Amino acid sequence: MPGIKDRVAVVGMGCTRFGELWDKSDQDMMVESCHEALEDAGLELKDIKASWLGIQGPETGSGGCRLARALKTDYIPVTRVENYCATGIEAFRGASYAVAAGIYDICLACGAEKLKDSGVTGLTQMGGEPQFSSWVWATIVAPARFALSATRYFHAYGLSPQEGKEMLARIAVKNHHNGSLNPRAHFQREITLEQALNAPMIAWPLGLYDCCGVSDGSAAAIVTTPEIAKSLRDDYVMVKGFAISAGAGTQGVIGADYDYLHIDEIVRSGQMAYEEAGITDPRKEVDIAEIHDCFTITEVLITEDLGYSPRGKYKENLEAGAFDIGGEVAINADGGLKCFGHPIGASGLRMIFESYLQLQGKAGQRQLKNPRIGLAQNYGGIPGGGISGVAIVGARD
Amino acid sequence: MAGITSYGAYVPLWRLSREAIIKGSRGEKAIRNFDEDSTTMAVAAVVDCLKGQDREAIDGLFFASTTAPYREKQIATTIAAAADLRRDIITADFCNSLRSGTGALRMALDTVNAGSAKQVLVVTADCRMGAPGTDFEQYCGDGAAALLIGDSGTVVEIEHWQSLSNELNDIWRRDDDDFIRAWEDRFIYSIGYVNTTAEAVTALLQKANLSPGDFSKAVLAAPTPRTHGDVARKLGFDPKEQVQHHFFDVMGNTGAAYPFMLLVAALEDAKAGDRLLLSSYGNGSDALVLKVTEGIEREVEGRRGMKAHLESKRIIDDYRIYLQWRELLTFEAQPTPPGGHISSVAQWRDRSQIFPLHALKCRQCSNIHFPPQRVCPVCRTRDDYEPWRLSDRKGQIFTFSADNLCPRREAPRVTAIIDFEGGGRMATMMTDRVLEELEVGQTVEMSFRKLASQDGIHNYFWKSIPLRS
Repeated sequence: MPGIKDRVAVVGMGCTRFGELWDKSDQDMMVESCHEALEDAGLELKDIKASWLGIQGPETGSGGCRLARALKTDYIPVTRVENYCATGIEAFRGASYAVAAGIYDICLACGAEKLKDSGVTGLTQMGGEPQFSSWVWATIVAPARFALSATRYFHAYGLSPQEGKEMLARIAVKNHHNGSLNPRAHFQREITLEQALNAPMIAWPLGLYDCCGVSDGSAAAIVTTPEIAKSLRDDYVMVKGFAISAGAGTQGVIGADYDYLHIDEIVRSGQMAYEEAGITDPRKEVDIAEIHDCFTITEVLITEDLGYSPRGKYKENLEAGAFDIGGEVAINADGGLKCFGHPIGASGLRMIFESYLQLQGKAGQRQLKNPRIGLAQNYGGIPGGGISGVAIVGARD
Repeated sequence: MAGITSYGAYVPLWRLSREAIIKGSRGEKAIRNFDEDSTTMAVAAVVDCLKGQDREAIDGLFFASTTAPYREKQIATTIAAAADLRRDIITADFCNSLRSGTGALRMALDTVNAGSAKQVLVVTADCRMGAPGTDFEQYCGDGAAALLIGDSGTVVEIEHWQSLSNELNDIWRRDDDDFIRAWEDRFIYSIGYVNTTAEAVTALLQKANLSPGDFSKAVLAAPTPRTHGDVARKLGFDPKEQVQHHFFDVMGNTGAAYPFMLLVAALEDAKAGDRLLLSSYGNGSDALVLKVTEGIEREVEGRRGMKAHLESKRIIDDYRIYLQWRELLTFEAQPTPPGGHISSVAQWRDRSQIFPLHALKCRQCSNIHFPPQRVCPVCRTRDDYEPWRLSDRKGQIFTFSADNLCPRREAPRVTAIIDFEGGGRMATMMTDRVLEELEVGQTVEMSFRKLASQDGIHNYFWKSIPLRS
């Protein structure tokens, strides 16, 4: 099978500022991101033949009509998708596949999430499953889930709690620095190592700055064929590879041999997407990686799972600046989930948006020199029983 | 003849310093954690009592308490399910009286003697509340005890029994009362406790043709330390040498469970041939003559009884914690993330994993999985499993976290990934722990607890706890 590489082009993108957007509904934000994408592409709503909406909440039962109602689309298809934190990538993937399949020539993918209506600091419990008492995972909040990996990572690699927490704090400092360079980020200020280390404890050993922003926001992309793309603009961006990997719970949730130091779904999704994109040495070939730093420890695992650092060597690579803007692989150059924020359905498209800007040379103070390949990766669920999504985009030839 | 064939007890880990209640008070009392109630404490006592016993051979379970967590809904069935007993057994709840434990014991003895059952468990648990500032608050403690009744392998024979019914409003709780009510103490202790107990014991001794000198120990479940001494003296027992210690200084009066907890403590010091007097009180009195057999010398591995449970403790010196645990003081710094609704259907469907904590062991590849899976995660074989009970197995902490996003009285909520001895891994909530003392590799055991109450349903499940030494 030919795969997705070089068959679909991104010709327009939009992204709201992420943050506590008290005065905006999810549909308000969809209007903003989609209109920006249309304007960017030089297209009108009537040019869109089909659309995909990625949104996790607030509930199932509202279907694709949320997007149709917001944009007033003209009875075209809207497909609503939900796949944990990979929801945004899933929407982008659906729209791209429809173009590649030759069914529609121009498609819209929109991701949005309105988290701040809940009245809860942090994430609310999502999903309508009844809480059966034995399913302890259902009641474990996200920071506590990922903190399990931090405790184990420290133990396995001989880091004292202080050393381990310092490694994690440096990630927060890096991502806050990057966020300070980004006018669309939720948090746009630098923090010090001391601030991160002395922050209130959220879920031992993760403190406040180890946890990403809980934000409202929306991002959108317009995809089309390379031929149509050429007629619209010179600096369109090509889709290079996709992956979705679903964990069956054989590892983290149930298996007695799971080490809590890696996440198989992420490893597998990386392998699939690299293969499709023709990438053999990710650390050399990928210039910018927007990865799912829902918590600092997650950035550690994913960096190793995707091949940007050898196992257990994250700390020395980080300290050597390998993941800074201008380092070997710029990781979360736009501030990441930590500072750009994490409106669940929008995050995947926000990550693609950063690669899109970088490949076009429009990333402002964050701009890398001649980037060619950008990767977006999301992870949601319980380690070993979750979903990892990857999208790789690249500069046109 | 039916007698006691095994015994067990449970005292919660936590002790409230009485100084924390009222300045200048001495000693401490046993208090249940926020996730414990009479059901969960009864399960713990039953598990203790069943050490070395065949659970399949139990034919009945009677539960006695004045603090059953439901007014309509049997508790004995929950305890039996958590203890992984057979379903074709006799279950019943005995309630409303501090004498309900000995009442249940009498019924169990008669049931076995009548041949209706070979072995019946009698379990008592109580967590009564005195209103803040009252003597009852000082004197009441929480705990549980269980006795196994059978007609072979008896450790204790019941030689004589005297019951006395006495209608009196001395101590009571109305159906909508949280706290104990009582008439004037001088009346209730003299006319109520001391005189009624003395009347029953005197009748018993006459019937048995025994005198106080024939007993190595009297086990007297008195409402206060002072009345404990009063009744011993009135009956002619030497309060120093001949009476089981009352534990008011370290535990408190544990209600319906109190007579059996004191009895278990007496049995731990007893030797073959000892004769014991057991007296319970509550709208009358039950008085028993017990004879300890040679079976008492049989070592039961892993049984903690009273001594080990009393020694294993953590002191709480902040009265507010006690008030929070008893839901007398509630505050939420932030809204609690909603956890969804309990489904009675899902609870029923998953009953074998919820109550006896059954994992499944794959018959093809021998891997153990929790929660149970239709398709084996390792070899992908479908529906070829046998049940594998995890509730009575120890385990080690593989990793853990502790979050502050949970309700305040629970904070931080410790999640621990446990690897069980013999195989199987489980994500657990951890209770009865001190966060600073936890480490990877630490040994834990399982304890039946109340996760939450939602929609009027108490939602029980097993949590992990650091091994109680």
